[in-house]
Amino acid sequence: MTPLLQCNNVRKAFPKPDGGELLVLEGMNLELHEGQIVGLLGRSGSGKSTLLRLIAGLSEPSAGDLTYLGQPIIGPASGIAMVFQSFALYPWLTVFENVALGLEAQRMPRAEIRKRSLAAIDLIGLDGFESAYPRELSGGMRQRVGFARALVVHPNILLMDEPFSALDVLTAETLRTDFLDLWSEGRMPIKGVILVTHNIEEAILMCDRVLVFGSNPGRILSELKVTLPQPRNRLDPSFRELVEKIYVEMTARPAGATAAGRQERFPGLGIGSVLPQVSSNLLAGLMEAVAAPPFNGTADLPKIASDLQMEIDELFPVAETLQLLRFAELEGGDLKLTADGLAFAQAELDERKRIFTRHLLTYVPLAAHIRRVLDERASHSARKSRFIDELEDFMNEEAAEQTLRAAVSWGRYAEAFAYDDDNAMFSLENPT
Amino acid sequence: MRRFEPSGFLRDLATRWDVVAFIVVIGLIAFLGEASRGLFVPLSQLEVVPLSLDPSHLPEYAARTTLRMLAALGLSLLFTLTYATWAAKSERAGKLLVPILDILQSVPILGFISITVVFFMSLAPGRVLGAEFAAIFAIFTSQAWNMAFSFYQSLRTIPTELAEAADSFHLSSWMRFWQLEVPFAMPALIWNMMMSMSGGWFFVVASESISVGHTTVTLPGVGSYIALAIEQKNLRAIGWAIVTMLLVILIYDQLLFRPLVAWVDRFRVEQEPGVRMPQSWALTMMRRSRLIRGATVAFHAAVLWTSRAVHPPGRAAPSPRKPGRSLDLLWVALVVAAVLLGIWHIGAVLVANTPLAEALHVCGLATLTMLRVFILIALASLVWVPIGVWVGLRPRAAAIVQPIAQFMAAFPANLLFPLAVFGIVTWKLNPDVWLSPLMILGTQWYILFNVIAGASALPAELRYAAQNFGVHGWLWWRKVALPGVLPFYVTGAITASGGSWNAAIVAELASWGNTQVEARGLGSYIAEATTAGDFHRIVLGIGTMSLFVVVINRVFWRPLYYHAERKYRLT
Repeated sequence: MTPLLQCNNVRKAFPKPDGGELLVLEGMNLELHEGQIVGLLGRSGSGKSTLLRLIAGLSEPSAGDLTYLGQPIIGPASGIAMVFQSFALYPWLTVFENVALGLEAQRMPRAEIRKRSLAAIDLIGLDGFESAYPRELSGGMRQRVGFARALVVHPNILLMDEPFSALDVLTAETLRTDFLDLWSEGRMPIKGVILVTHNIEEAILMCDRVLVFGSNPGRILSELKVTLPQPRNRLDPSFRELVEKIYVEMTARPAGATAAGRQERFPGLGIGSVLPQVSSNLLAGLMEAVAAPPFNGTADLPKIASDLQMEIDELFPVAETLQLLRFAELEGGDLKLTADGLAFAQAELDERKRIFTRHLLTYVPLAAHIRRVLDERASHSARKSRFIDELEDFMNEEAAEQTLRAAVSWGRYAEAFAYDDDNAMFSLENPT
Repeated sequence: MRRFEPSGFLRDLATRWDVVAFIVVIGLIAFLGEASRGLFVPLSQLEVVPLSLDPSHLPEYAARTTLRMLAALGLSLLFTLTYATWAAKSERAGKLLVPILDILQSVPILGFISITVVFFMSLAPGRVLGAEFAAIFAIFTSQAWNMAFSFYQSLRTIPTELAEAADSFHLSSWMRFWQLEVPFAMPALIWNMMMSMSGGWFFVVASESISVGHTTVTLPGVGSYIALAIEQKNLRAIGWAIVTMLLVILIYDQLLFRPLVAWVDRFRVEQEPGVRMPQSWALTMMRRSRLIRGATVAFHAAVLWTSRAVHPPGRAAPSPRKPGRSLDLLWVALVVAAVLLGIWHIGAVLVANTPLAEALHVCGLATLTMLRVFILIALASLVWVPIGVWVGLRPRAAAIVQPIAQFMAAFPANLLFPLAVFGIVTWKLNPDVWLSPLMILGTQWYILFNVIAGASALPAELRYAAQNFGVHGWLWWRKVALPGVLPFYVTGAITASGGSWNAAIVAELASWGNTQVEARGLGSYIAEATTAGDFHRIVLGIGTMSLFVVVINRVFWRPLYYHAERKYRLT
């Protein structure tokens, strides 16, 4: 049987202004068969949304093939519909008009449009809201309109781009359950679903298969079959096991790297690596949490994520920054503080700053570079543009700005250097 | 409370394309000026429309003035929907079209009425129609540019997901335009239309009665009525005209713009609940009336119907093709040709006919006018910023004052000029000083209502914090109030400054009966050249003024605006 959808060796790169390219997705292989929900799980920047847009025909791959029912995907295919993270409803159209829009575009007879739109509205539980405008609806109701709008065109494949992430926990749970009910009862006209998410539990709750994405560039780290019967229970030990397994996958060392050198764990870490924007408060907070009981220096990621109510999108950047600064190690689904990490967690403010400064200037080459330039100059000051230019040899403009902002924020906390935003100058003087 | 965004503020100080645009625009004006000289003859055979100062004619005159406004508004909309769409959709064209809009915004509208009058009259020689076209064109030029800018900016900022939804549901480009792009751009467009309209009244009044050379073109309307009243020194008639104008603007505001603003609120994409919806009694009435409801439904049906009819069935084209190389070359060739033609016309009209002394003289006059504008903006700021802050912090006062300020901005200040000139003539005041305030008479209100908007937008918690820490007096002004309203103030000052340059042409040379009072400056230079029908000097004056306005904007206002936005914008 032909799969609903097939991706072969798909690659996506964006051109950079200097003529190079920014690789966001590589070696993507994916098959969607009838009756399946496939989850694409990863952090932001892992290219999962990019892949979804390629499948939706909203952008074109740089290499590789995408086929829908055996036909190559060129532009949006008529059997593929999408549900958006921000709902993407037209605020000037009523619920009914929003739902009917896709059918209008197909030039369907009026009576048919009406019949099908009302049926979709009915199915998704929006009866009575037909003449409401999106602004009158709560977030959950808005996303229901998003679902109805996608279902009304009777797609074979439904694409969902983090459809529940803009909703509060309770609403998201209700909507998920309703969706799974409709799906398992076969009341929706769809044959397969692709769900993009950064929520591990959501992926395991909903999907038959989960593809775990890694970043830089986006690629599939591993594939996981979920065979638990629906409805699934989060507290079920086999459910927890799967969660743990995914955390382990996500913290695994990249293939090829061995324990021989720590440097390998941080791909391309030089002055040209993009730094995440993580505030020193979060860093200190996570170190304190891990140092304190019950973790006592080593925290199981699923446990600490649920304790601190952080999703992987929030937790991983902080944890990885700790790793980058050598305050902690990420391995086997655990976050383990180093000796200095523990010392930091127990120290007073001044001592903390001393430890932080040492690590910042040793392990973050950009910070060390800024400090060196400032030390060497007689004026002890340097323009921001100078560093931006240097960074732009390695990354795009936006990433360069972000990276420098991260360096500024850590440098300020460490009091390693000062930065004056008004005239965009770095200096060694701190205002007194 | 919303703030009027100055449209068309490109981030760069200046690019090559700005220079190209400047040459093309001024070249075109030079060409028109040159052409007009040849067409000048038929003008003198214009049939004379007799006007009467009898107030009973005023309703008719007001109606005709209003019709002109509406016609121009329609034209501006048409221009906006086409030009801005073109600029936004074609990257190549956009590179030139956008700077051209920016330069056009800086060209003094009243300056080239005389040229366009002659041009349009030559299309319909000896008839009033030509003059009507010219008047409508003048109003059009006061509205179209910033409407087009706002539409262009909206088209460029459509949220990705809304656009992706349109793509994934296979909307044809026609449907996409009417179902996504136009509705999305609507709130900003209506707001800009309202702002343009305020400016428009000023120009409609000025363009109804124009003298070029020995010929006076008079179109029946409130503007020409007042011109006649000035000629006959009839203060009573001027009073009537002012009252009529007040009523007309009030009706326009209540019947057209308030309903529109309340209506477009539903098109707003960011939907925070709790923000008070704009109210309009007229809209409520219209919503309840079957007639209007029918019209809305019909419009919606028309959009859907044309969407079906316009695009052949089948799938919409998936993605735009890359433009071919030959097209690129053709485009470059066109731009180069336009620039060369522009340079040639500028050379033929300006350089060939302008002795160096004249050029220096004009620059000197422009500097004088510039000084006036800056001093007046400073004075107006001294008065209106404290008042605006005071009012803005008191919601009840703001609710009363804000509509009045907006209304005053819309009121054509040139209607009040005769009163001032009457005063200057009567008390024999120095016109160099006392004519100057007229330049800012109509535009100072932009400062006031922007500051009010800024002060009302100041978060209550910031004010409580200041109270809590005992910040008051001068410290409070310096650290809380002034920085808080700065981005708004700058916006207002930019609008006021632009308007004042335009007003200079009518303000620096004013008359009362046979008496003329004149202030030395570029405005009176252009006005005199117009009366004399001297097209070289008109074009020279316009070119110089445009250059000054562009340079002042780029060197002074734009950096100030971005500084204020970056440092003092509360998000």
